[in-house]
Amino acid sequence: MFRTLTLSAVAALGLATAGHAAGAYDTHIEDFDFSFEGPFGAYDQNQLQRGLQVYTEICSACHGLKFVPIRSLSEEGGPSMPEDQVRAYAEQFEVYDAADDDFRAARPSDYFPESGLETAPDLSLMAKARAGFHGPYGLGINQFFKGIGGPEYIASLLTGYTGEEKEEAGVTLYENKAFPGGWLSMAPPLYGEDVEYADGHENDLHHLSEDVAAFLMWTAEPKMMARKQAGFVGVVFLTLLSVLLYLTNKRLWAPVKGKETL
Amino acid sequence: MSHAEDNEGSRRDFLYYATAGAGAVTAGAAVWPLVNQMNPSADVRAASTMRVDVAGLEPGSQLRVLFLGKPVFIRRRTEEEIAEARAVELSDLPDGDSRNANAEGTDASDENRTIDEAGEWLVMTGVCTHLGCIPLDNAGNFGGWFCPCHGSHYDISGRIRQGPAPENLPVPQAEFVDDTTILLG
Amino acid sequence: MAGIPHDHYEPKAAWEKSLSKRLPIVGLMYDTLMIPTPKNLNWMWIWGIVLTFVLVLQIVTGIVLVMHYTPHVDYAFSSVEHIMRNVNGGHMLRYIHMNGASLFFVAVYAHILRGLYYGSYKAPREITWIIGMLIYLLMMGTAFMGYVLPWGQMSFWGATVITGLFGAIPFVGDALQAWLLGGPAVDNATLNRFFSLHYLLPFVILGLVVVHIWAFHTTGNNNPTGVEVRRTSKEEAEKDTLPFWPYFVIKDLFALAVILAVFFAVVGFMPNYLGHPDNYIEADPLVTPSHIVPEWYFLPFYAILRAFDDTVWVVQIASFVTGGIIDAKFFGVLAMFGSIAVMALAPWLDTSSIRSARYRPMLKWWFWLFVVNFFVLMWVGAMPAEGIYPIIALIGSAYWFAYFLIILPLLGVIEKPLAQPDTIEDDFVAHYPKSSKDAAGGQAQATPAE
Repeated sequence: MFRTLTLSAVAALGLATAGHAAGAYDTHIEDFDFSFEGPFGAYDQNQLQRGLQVYTEICSACHGLKFVPIRSLSEEGGPSMPEDQVRAYAEQFEVYDAADDDFRAARPSDYFPESGLETAPDLSLMAKARAGFHGPYGLGINQFFKGIGGPEYIASLLTGYTGEEKEEAGVTLYENKAFPGGWLSMAPPLYGEDVEYADGHENDLHHLSEDVAAFLMWTAEPKMMARKQAGFVGVVFLTLLSVLLYLTNKRLWAPVKGKETL
Repeated sequence: MSHAEDNEGSRRDFLYYATAGAGAVTAGAAVWPLVNQMNPSADVRAASTMRVDVAGLEPGSQLRVLFLGKPVFIRRRTEEEIAEARAVELSDLPDGDSRNANAEGTDASDENRTIDEAGEWLVMTGVCTHLGCIPLDNAGNFGGWFCPCHGSHYDISGRIRQGPAPENLPVPQAEFVDDTTILLG
Repeated sequence: MAGIPHDHYEPKAAWEKSLSKRLPIVGLMYDTLMIPTPKNLNWMWIWGIVLTFVLVLQIVTGIVLVMHYTPHVDYAFSSVEHIMRNVNGGHMLRYIHMNGASLFFVAVYAHILRGLYYGSYKAPREITWIIGMLIYLLMMGTAFMGYVLPWGQMSFWGATVITGLFGAIPFVGDALQAWLLGGPAVDNATLNRFFSLHYLLPFVILGLVVVHIWAFHTTGNNNPTGVEVRRTSKEEAEKDTLPFWPYFVIKDLFALAVILAVFFAVVGFMPNYLGHPDNYIEADPLVTPSHIVPEWYFLPFYAILRAFDDTVWVVQIASFVTGGIIDAKFFGVLAMFGSIAVMALAPWLDTSSIRSARYRPMLKWWFWLFVVNFFVLMWVGAMPAEGIYPIIALIGSAYWFAYFLIILPLLGVIEKPLAQPDTIEDDFVAHYPKSSKDAAGGQAQATPAE
């Protein structure tokens, strides 16, 4: 039993890596220019709110966000929605309350629902669970300069349908330029102008995809702003300390090395 | 000792102190996150408040909600009930404390038990102060609540009047955030 | 403490004498901190401090993360998300711990390569070296088990593949694997024991680090020349050395601050760069990820593991001789553990009387080829096992073994070493001509005044 399991794991490993190499590099991932890229890039609050709207009106029919607390919609560094709006937003979801042993309208302290469709993966972490950029030759150079490319992958997938369909074993598959292998079972969810933005922002397919990808980056990494800030403060502090320690070290060693003291 | 040497010495000392100081600040800054992570996390903080919509509550009726694992009674009292509760002499009360988290240290007169001035809204944690059963409403010898477990009688202000319970039913942190919404916690 | 003659702590006040008689802890700390250290140490001698710091960093952040983590297959993944989203500053603590593992391995590889280049493993420092290798093995085990805890897809399948290695051992493999996993496959029992051991092993490492330091404080540090500190008298020793505090402590702290600044940039701006996206998908025993790769620090050994398939003649011979007991899979496992074993045997495989590669013109080349080969193996470990890659992996693995089993023994015989300086002091003066011999030594113990 475990021999088979191990063997299959090892075999899968070999096959999978081969498949990965074959499939990964000829997919087309567009390098979207997101506002949160780079050391000082920040989420665009309006874009996140638009992305939330796309998620709510389109994606949420099948996909869940079970790790995301609804209250985080009002957190700083995210969509920063006013608390009363978040309360009103939460009420559209029904959640099971174990304490009451009954269903009730969701509250901000609840989490987004799980995926409604069994085959639809949860989207909470999707933007960190996918890589848009690879290589070249496994050296990680593209990831270093362009980022890992999760949101780019999502946006490219949404814009990447070619319109071709085929049926395999009773499942309809749709051709997609961004999907490894080229065919996936999710029908094109967006066509452009599926959602009407309250702020009148453009709602063609490209913009809708970009907005929802940005929103999913936030659901995957809600603390990105806090993280970059902490990183920046840490780097500044340690650089300052490095300079002081460098001078101290130099002065300390000067008499030993027979150099002039500073 | 010449002036030059003197200067150099103090400059060196300054460098050493600055380095030690910066090191200490950096180390200190690293300690705070380790302490702070033990404070209540965001999900716990979010669950520690609850908004209750009381728009549909008629005078003389009661709402029961579950808050932080305990039932909370929200009663909108009628004029008669308010008058009845306010007519009780403090000396008749076994527990003279209001047990009101919003007005700590006050006496148990009815004015100190409700969350509004008029005395219409009574909010209480519905757990008998004797051994933790949930009292029944509109029951008992004092027209308020009655605990079926060991026979404690509470009046229409939720104050213990008869039976083994030692204290009045406690009033949790509660306030009106708008005309029809009570914020618990 | 034996070794280099130096001043020892003298208790002066009555209470100091009284404490010293009962618990000589101040003396121990004094001797440790003021240990005479070769004054010509270069910037490759900073990694020990970096490693000690990272060990403490990992232990501290780890203890804190445990307060919020749940080691259960149903909750492990979501408890990590709880840390990332709800716990105050939890996302930073988690990212620091996660990338701290990478920093740990960067430092340990630099530390080991330093030792290989300057011959720090050679007598009388064999025990320091062996303990170091033990620490390294434990580190790998700890890192591997830690990677399982978030219970992502890579956690699960990495654990499946790596514990599968033990299943390759003839006769007892299946029983051993079941014993390791606590069942027929990676499951809750596995997660729980890995959690327990991941918590325990760092403290074992900490204990071994103390022994490691004790060992080289007894023999004294090696140094870039490989020439020993003169120890016939305290005066001579002081010409070769400076006390650890403050000279090397400040130097090491400077290096540590620079390294941590880079580390913080990684944590703050690209915390997932070194990770794998699949580990943000919750473990699913029914779906294998499209590409299973270990973390970067295991890649060279993963390449060695995969290099030996049944088309390699060494494997065929081994299989023939043992009547099939050693098959390709088991051979790969032996090669992987063997690659660390031969490194541990370096003190006895190296026949040269010279320590430092600085004075070994031939070893120098072979050493740098070894370093390049290390990175090639790391790269090839991440590539699919097809096309040219298995051949590169095989050549790289062969060189790894050849370095220890052929080159190190042979060079000692055929190599003509360059002249070494007579003393560490000579080397130091050669670098810093203005440091007159007398002045440098004489000032060592005095306060570093004007």
